[in-house]
Amino acid sequence: MRPSWKRLVAVALSLSLLVGLGWAALAPINVASRDALFEIPPGTSARRMAGEDLDILPQTIRLTLGVNDVLVLRNADRVPHIFGPTLIMPGQSFRLPFVQPSTYSFLCTAHANGQLNIIVEPAPAPGWQRLRWRWRSLIDKGGG
Amino acid sequence: MIAGANRRIPALAGALLLALLLAGAIIAGLSRDAAPQAAAVADAPARPWAMRAGAFDPPHAAPEFSLSGSDGTPVTLARYRGKVVLLSFGFTYCATVCPTTLSTLAQARKGLREAADAVQVVFVTVDPARDDPAHMREYLAAFDRSFVGATGTSDALAAVRTQYGVTAEKHGTGPDYVMTHTSSIFLIDRAGKLRAMMPFGHDPADFVHDVKLLLAE
Repeated sequence: MRPSWKRLVAVALSLSLLVGLGWAALAPINVASRDALFEIPPGTSARRMAGEDLDILPQTIRLTLGVNDVLVLRNADRVPHIFGPTLIMPGQSFRLPFVQPSTYSFLCTAHANGQLNIIVEPAPAPGWQRLRWRWRSLIDKGGG
Repeated sequence: MIAGANRRIPALAGALLLALLLAGAIIAGLSRDAAPQAAAVADAPARPWAMRAGAFDPPHAAPEFSLSGSDGTPVTLARYRGKVVLLSFGFTYCATVCPTTLSTLAQARKGLREAADAVQVVFVTVDPARDDPAHMREYLAAFDRSFVGATGTSDALAAVRTQYGVTAEKHGTGPDYVMTHTSSIFLIDRAGKLRAMMPFGHDPADFVHDVKLLLAE
Protein backbone atom coordinates (compact mmCIF):
# COMPACT_ATOMS: atom_id res chain seq x y z
CA MET A 1 0.00 0.00 0.00
CA ARG A 2 1.55 3.34 -1.07
CA PRO A 3 1.32 6.20 1.37
CA SER A 4 -1.02 8.96 0.32
CA TRP A 5 1.00 12.19 0.12
CA LYS A 6 -2.12 14.22 0.52
CA ARG A 7 -2.84 12.46 3.79
CA LEU A 8 0.72 12.97 4.99
CA VAL A 9 0.58 16.69 4.20
CA ALA A 10 -2.74 16.92 6.03
CA VAL A 11 -1.21 15.16 9.04
CA ALA A 12 1.78 17.52 8.89
CA LEU A 13 -0.46 20.58 8.70
CA SER A 14 -2.63 19.37 11.60
CA LEU A 15 0.42 18.65 13.71
CA SER A 16 1.95 22.04 12.99
CA LEU A 17 -1.35 23.75 13.75
CA LEU A 18 -1.55 21.90 17.07
CA VAL A 19 2.04 22.80 17.96
CA GLY A 20 1.39 26.43 16.97
CA LEU A 21 -1.81 26.61 19.01
CA GLY A 22 -0.13 24.94 21.96
CA TRP A 23 2.67 27.47 21.83
CA ALA A 24 0.29 30.39 21.45
CA ALA A 25 -1.76 29.21 24.44
CA LEU A 26 1.11 28.37 26.77
CA ALA A 27 4.25 30.33 25.88
CA PRO A 28 4.96 33.31 28.12
CA ILE A 29 4.15 36.70 26.62
CA ASN A 30 7.35 38.50 25.71
CA VAL A 31 6.41 41.85 24.26
CA ALA A 32 8.98 44.22 22.84
CA SER A 33 7.79 47.23 24.81
CA ARG A 34 5.28 47.51 27.62
CA ASP A 35 4.73 51.22 27.07
CA ALA A 36 1.26 52.58 26.44
CA LEU A 37 2.28 55.90 24.93
CA PHE A 38 0.09 58.99 24.66
CA GLU A 39 1.62 62.16 23.29
CA ILE A 40 0.58 65.79 23.20
CA PRO A 41 1.65 66.73 19.67
CA PRO A 42 3.48 69.98 18.89
CA GLY A 43 1.10 72.88 18.34
CA THR A 44 -1.65 71.52 20.64
CA SER A 45 -1.79 74.69 22.72
CA ALA A 46 -2.06 76.92 19.62
CA ARG A 47 -4.84 74.75 18.21
CA ARG A 48 -6.74 74.85 21.53
CA MET A 49 -6.33 78.64 21.68
CA ALA A 50 -7.79 78.76 18.18
CA GLY A 51 -10.88 77.07 19.57
CA GLU A 52 -10.25 73.54 18.36
CA ASP A 53 -11.62 70.83 20.65
CA LEU A 54 -8.79 68.31 21.03
CA ASP A 55 -9.26 65.08 22.94
CA ILE A 56 -5.82 63.51 23.17
CA LEU A 57 -6.27 61.30 26.18
CA PRO A 58 -9.26 58.96 26.22
CA GLN A 59 -11.58 59.12 29.23
CA THR A 60 -10.71 55.51 30.03
CA ILE A 61 -7.38 53.84 29.33
CA ARG A 62 -7.19 50.04 29.43
CA LEU A 63 -3.86 48.44 30.27
CA THR A 64 -2.88 44.79 30.70
CA LEU A 65 -0.22 43.64 33.14
CA GLY A 66 2.82 42.11 31.44
CA VAL A 67 1.67 43.42 28.07
CA ASN A 68 1.27 47.21 28.20
CA ASP A 69 1.41 48.15 31.86
CA VAL A 70 3.55 51.29 31.72
CA LEU A 71 1.62 54.46 31.00
CA VAL A 72 3.89 56.93 29.19
CA LEU A 73 2.62 60.47 28.75
CA ARG A 74 4.79 62.73 26.62
CA ASN A 75 4.47 66.45 26.08
CA ALA A 76 5.87 67.32 22.64
CA ASP A 77 4.26 70.78 22.74
CA ARG A 78 6.05 74.03 23.61
CA VAL A 79 4.05 74.82 26.77
CA PRO A 80 3.36 72.84 29.98
CA HIS A 81 0.23 70.69 29.92
CA ILE A 82 -1.87 69.02 32.55
CA PHE A 83 -1.97 65.60 30.98
CA GLY A 84 -3.82 62.86 32.82
CA PRO A 85 -2.70 62.69 36.41
CA THR A 86 0.02 65.31 36.30
CA LEU A 87 1.58 68.47 34.91
CA ILE A 88 4.18 67.72 32.26
CA MET A 89 6.75 70.23 31.04
CA PRO A 90 7.54 70.74 27.33
CA GLY A 91 9.72 67.92 26.03
CA GLN A 92 9.18 65.90 29.18
CA SER A 93 7.76 62.40 29.61
CA PHE A 94 5.98 60.92 32.59
CA ARG A 95 6.36 57.19 32.98
CA LEU A 96 4.00 55.44 35.39
CA PRO A 97 4.26 51.66 35.86
CA PHE A 98 1.33 49.58 37.15
CA VAL A 99 1.71 46.30 39.02
CA GLN A 100 -1.76 45.69 40.50
CA PRO A 101 -4.88 44.95 38.49
CA SER A 102 -7.45 47.55 39.51
CA THR A 103 -9.31 50.63 38.34
CA TYR A 104 -7.44 53.83 39.05
CA SER A 105 -9.11 57.24 38.96
CA PHE A 106 -7.22 60.50 38.66
CA LEU A 107 -8.49 64.04 38.80
CA CYS A 108 -7.85 65.42 35.32
CA THR A 109 -8.96 68.86 34.28
CA ALA A 110 -8.46 67.96 30.62
CA HIS A 111 -11.63 65.85 30.74
CA ALA A 112 -15.17 67.14 30.81
CA ASN A 113 -16.06 65.24 34.01
CA GLY A 114 -12.68 66.02 35.54
CA GLN A 115 -11.65 62.38 35.83
CA LEU A 116 -9.37 59.95 34.05
CA ASN A 117 -9.90 56.23 34.62
CA ILE A 118 -7.17 53.69 34.08
CA ILE A 119 -8.32 50.09 34.11
CA VAL A 120 -5.45 47.68 34.66
CA GLU A 121 -6.33 44.10 33.80
CA PRO A 122 -4.41 41.03 34.95
CA ALA A 123 -1.88 39.39 32.63
CA PRO A 124 -3.48 36.90 30.21
CA ALA A 125 -3.40 33.47 31.91
CA PRO A 126 -1.95 30.46 30.07
CA GLY A 127 -4.59 28.79 27.93
CA TRP A 128 -7.58 30.43 26.35
CA GLN A 129 -6.79 33.99 27.57
CA ARG A 130 -3.25 33.91 26.20
CA LEU A 131 -4.46 32.39 22.91
CA ARG A 132 -7.10 35.11 22.57
CA TRP A 133 -4.56 37.82 23.37
CA ARG A 134 -2.15 36.50 20.68
CA TRP A 135 -4.97 36.26 18.17
CA ARG A 136 -6.01 39.86 18.85
CA SER A 137 -2.46 41.18 18.64
CA LEU A 138 -2.00 39.30 15.34
CA ILE A 139 -5.18 40.89 13.98
CA ASP A 140 -4.04 44.32 15.21
CA LYS A 141 -0.65 43.88 13.51
CA GLY A 142 -2.35 42.76 10.32
CA GLY A 143 -4.61 45.78 10.45
CA GLY A 144 -1.54 48.04 10.69
CA MET B 1 3.88 -5.92 4.57
CA ILE B 2 7.45 -5.34 5.56
CA ALA B 3 8.27 -3.55 2.31
CA GLY B 4 5.16 -1.29 2.80
CA ALA B 5 6.16 -0.43 6.36
CA ASN B 6 9.66 0.47 5.22
CA ARG B 7 8.26 2.87 2.64
CA ARG B 8 5.99 4.51 5.24
CA ILE B 9 8.81 5.34 7.71
CA PRO B 10 10.60 7.95 5.50
CA ALA B 11 7.21 9.35 4.48
CA LEU B 12 6.18 9.85 8.12
CA ALA B 13 9.57 11.34 8.92
CA GLY B 14 9.06 13.76 6.04
CA ALA B 15 5.62 14.72 7.34
CA LEU B 16 6.99 15.30 10.82
CA LEU B 17 9.84 17.41 9.44
CA LEU B 18 7.35 19.44 7.44
CA ALA B 19 5.16 19.86 10.55
CA LEU B 20 8.11 21.07 12.62
CA LEU B 21 9.17 23.51 9.92
CA LEU B 22 5.65 24.90 9.66
CA ALA B 23 5.29 25.18 13.43
CA GLY B 24 8.66 26.92 13.59
CA ALA B 25 7.58 29.34 10.89
CA ILE B 26 4.30 30.10 12.75
CA ILE B 27 6.10 30.69 16.05
CA ALA B 28 8.82 32.78 14.39
CA GLY B 29 6.19 34.80 12.58
CA LEU B 30 4.16 35.45 15.74
CA SER B 31 7.13 36.46 17.84
CA ARG B 32 9.28 38.19 15.23
CA ASP B 33 8.92 41.72 16.61
CA ALA B 34 9.77 40.91 20.19
CA ALA B 35 13.48 40.13 20.22
CA PRO B 36 15.27 43.17 18.72
CA GLN B 37 13.22 45.77 20.58
CA ALA B 38 13.50 43.85 23.86
CA ALA B 39 17.26 44.16 23.51
CA ALA B 40 16.87 47.92 22.95
CA VAL B 41 14.83 48.24 26.17
CA ALA B 42 17.49 46.34 28.11
CA ASP B 43 20.18 48.74 26.85
CA ALA B 44 18.21 51.87 27.84
CA PRO B 45 19.14 53.75 31.05
CA ALA B 46 17.50 52.00 33.95
CA ARG B 47 16.82 54.82 36.37
CA PRO B 48 13.39 56.21 35.40
CA TRP B 49 12.17 52.68 34.71
CA ALA B 50 13.29 51.42 38.09
CA MET B 51 11.04 53.72 40.11
CA ARG B 52 7.67 52.52 41.31
CA ALA B 53 6.29 56.06 41.21
CA GLY B 54 5.63 57.84 37.94
CA ALA B 55 8.98 59.31 36.91
CA PHE B 56 9.55 62.58 35.08
CA ASP B 57 12.11 62.35 32.30
CA PRO B 58 14.08 64.57 32.10
CA PRO B 59 13.51 65.92 35.60
CA HIS B 60 13.15 69.69 36.10
CA ALA B 61 13.68 71.82 39.20
CA ALA B 62 10.72 71.47 41.57
CA PRO B 63 8.81 74.79 41.70
CA GLU B 64 9.95 76.74 44.75
CA PHE B 65 7.53 78.23 47.26
CA SER B 66 7.58 79.98 50.59
CA LEU B 67 4.75 79.21 53.01
CA SER B 68 4.15 79.39 56.77
CA GLY B 69 5.47 76.28 58.45
CA SER B 70 3.71 74.41 61.24
CA ASP B 71 7.05 74.48 63.08
CA GLY B 72 7.07 78.28 63.11
CA THR B 73 9.66 78.59 60.32
CA PRO B 74 8.92 79.43 56.67
CA VAL B 75 8.72 76.30 54.53
CA THR B 76 10.74 76.41 51.33
CA LEU B 77 12.27 73.63 49.28
CA ALA B 78 15.67 75.31 49.60
CA ARG B 79 15.44 74.69 53.36
CA TYR B 80 15.45 70.94 52.71
CA ARG B 81 18.14 70.80 50.02
CA GLY B 82 20.19 67.67 50.68
CA LYS B 83 17.10 65.74 51.76
CA VAL B 84 14.50 63.90 49.74
CA VAL B 85 11.22 65.79 50.09
CA LEU B 86 7.89 63.98 49.94
CA LEU B 87 5.38 66.69 49.13
CA SER B 88 1.66 66.09 49.53
CA PHE B 89 -1.42 68.28 49.40
CA GLY B 90 -4.45 67.87 51.63
CA PHE B 91 -6.32 69.16 54.66
CA THR B 92 -6.55 68.12 58.28
CA TYR B 93 -10.32 67.62 58.21
CA CYS B 94 -9.95 65.05 55.42
CA ALA B 95 -11.65 61.83 56.45
CA THR B 96 -9.93 59.18 54.39
CA VAL B 97 -7.29 60.09 51.80
CA CYS B 98 -5.02 62.37 53.87
CA PRO B 99 -4.87 60.18 57.00
CA THR B 100 -4.06 57.19 54.79
CA THR B 101 -1.33 59.09 52.94
CA LEU B 102 0.22 60.47 56.11
CA SER B 103 0.11 57.11 57.81
CA THR B 104 1.75 55.50 54.74
CA LEU B 105 4.50 58.15 54.74
CA ALA B 106 5.07 57.69 58.49
CA GLN B 107 5.46 53.95 57.98
CA ALA B 108 7.80 54.58 55.05
CA ARG B 109 10.01 56.74 57.25
CA LYS B 110 10.11 53.98 59.88
CA GLY B 111 10.99 51.52 57.10
CA LEU B 112 13.93 53.70 56.07
CA ARG B 113 15.46 53.29 59.56
CA GLU B 114 18.69 55.33 59.82
CA ALA B 115 18.01 56.95 56.41
CA ALA B 116 14.75 58.43 57.73
CA ASP B 117 16.48 61.67 58.72
CA ALA B 118 17.35 62.25 55.04
CA VAL B 119 13.64 62.45 54.22
CA GLN B 120 11.30 65.38 54.88
CA VAL B 121 7.53 65.11 54.52
CA VAL B 122 5.87 68.43 53.68
CA PHE B 123 2.08 68.58 53.86
CA VAL B 124 0.64 71.63 52.08
CA THR B 125 -2.91 72.47 53.05
CA VAL B 126 -5.64 73.09 50.50
CA ASP B 127 -7.87 74.45 53.27
CA PRO B 128 -6.19 77.51 54.85
CA ALA B 129 -9.45 78.65 56.47
CA ARG B 130 -9.30 75.77 58.94
CA ASP B 131 -5.64 74.72 58.82
CA ASP B 132 -3.54 77.20 60.77
CA PRO B 133 0.08 76.33 61.68
CA ALA B 134 -0.73 75.35 65.28
CA HIS B 135 -3.58 73.05 64.28
CA MET B 136 -1.46 71.45 61.55
CA ARG B 137 1.42 70.86 64.00
CA GLU B 138 -0.87 69.03 66.41
CA TYR B 139 -2.52 67.03 63.63
CA LEU B 140 0.73 65.98 61.91
CA ALA B 141 2.45 65.03 65.18
CA ALA B 142 -0.07 62.21 65.53
CA PHE B 143 1.54 60.60 62.47
CA ASP B 144 5.19 61.61 62.74
CA ARG B 145 6.76 64.45 64.70
CA SER B 146 9.13 65.28 61.86
CA PHE B 147 6.32 66.10 59.40
CA VAL B 148 6.01 69.76 58.53
CA GLY B 149 2.75 71.44 57.53
CA ALA B 150 2.63 74.44 55.22
CA THR B 151 -0.09 77.02 54.94
CA GLY B 152 -0.56 80.56 53.65
CA THR B 153 -3.07 82.80 51.99
CA SER B 154 -5.57 81.24 49.59
CA ASP B 155 -3.82 82.94 46.70
CA ALA B 156 -0.35 81.77 47.72
CA LEU B 157 -1.56 78.19 48.11
CA ALA B 158 -3.43 78.32 44.81
CA ALA B 159 -0.23 79.50 43.10
CA VAL B 160 1.70 76.54 44.53
CA ARG B 161 -1.02 74.14 43.34
CA THR B 162 -0.90 75.60 39.85
CA GLN B 163 2.85 75.11 39.66
CA TYR B 164 2.48 71.45 40.57
CA GLY B 165 -0.66 70.82 38.52
CA VAL B 166 -2.61 70.06 41.68
CA THR B 167 -6.36 70.63 41.86
CA ALA B 168 -8.48 71.41 44.93
CA GLU B 169 -12.18 72.15 45.03
CA LYS B 170 -14.53 73.01 47.90
CA HIS B 171 -17.76 71.03 48.22
CA GLY B 172 -20.60 71.95 50.54
CA THR B 173 -21.25 74.93 52.77
CA GLY B 174 -21.18 75.52 56.50
CA PRO B 175 -18.59 74.13 58.88
CA ASP B 176 -18.65 70.59 57.47
CA TYR B 177 -17.52 71.35 53.93
CA VAL B 178 -15.01 69.03 52.30
CA MET B 179 -12.27 69.51 49.75
CA THR B 180 -11.59 67.23 46.81
CA HIS B 181 -7.95 67.42 45.86
CA THR B 182 -5.11 65.70 44.05
CA SER B 183 -4.04 62.80 46.21
CA SER B 184 -0.66 62.01 44.62
CA ILE B 185 2.64 62.57 46.43
CA PHE B 186 5.57 64.33 44.75
CA LEU B 187 9.12 63.05 45.20
CA ILE B 188 11.80 65.75 45.12
CA ASP B 189 15.45 64.70 45.14
CA ARG B 190 18.28 66.09 47.24
CA ALA B 191 19.20 68.58 44.51
CA GLY B 192 15.65 69.97 44.48
CA LYS B 193 14.50 68.31 41.27
CA LEU B 194 10.98 67.03 40.87
CA ARG B 195 11.68 63.41 40.07
CA ALA B 196 8.44 61.53 40.42
CA MET B 197 4.81 61.43 41.48
CA MET B 198 3.44 58.50 43.46
CA PRO B 199 -0.29 58.02 42.95
CA PHE B 200 -2.47 57.46 46.02
CA GLY B 201 -2.75 53.85 47.16
CA HIS B 202 0.86 52.72 47.11
CA ASP B 203 2.37 50.81 50.03
CA PRO B 204 5.04 52.23 52.35
CA ALA B 205 7.45 49.71 50.76
CA ASP B 206 7.10 51.48 47.41
CA PHE B 207 8.10 54.80 49.00
CA VAL B 208 11.02 53.12 50.79
CA HIS B 209 12.12 51.64 47.48
CA ASP B 210 12.02 54.91 45.55
CA VAL B 211 13.47 57.07 48.34
CA LYS B 212 16.40 54.66 48.62
CA LEU B 213 16.97 55.01 44.88
CA LEU B 214 17.04 58.79 45.20
CA LEU B 215 19.28 58.73 48.28
CA ALA B 216 21.73 56.38 46.54
CA GLU B 217 22.47 58.92 43.79
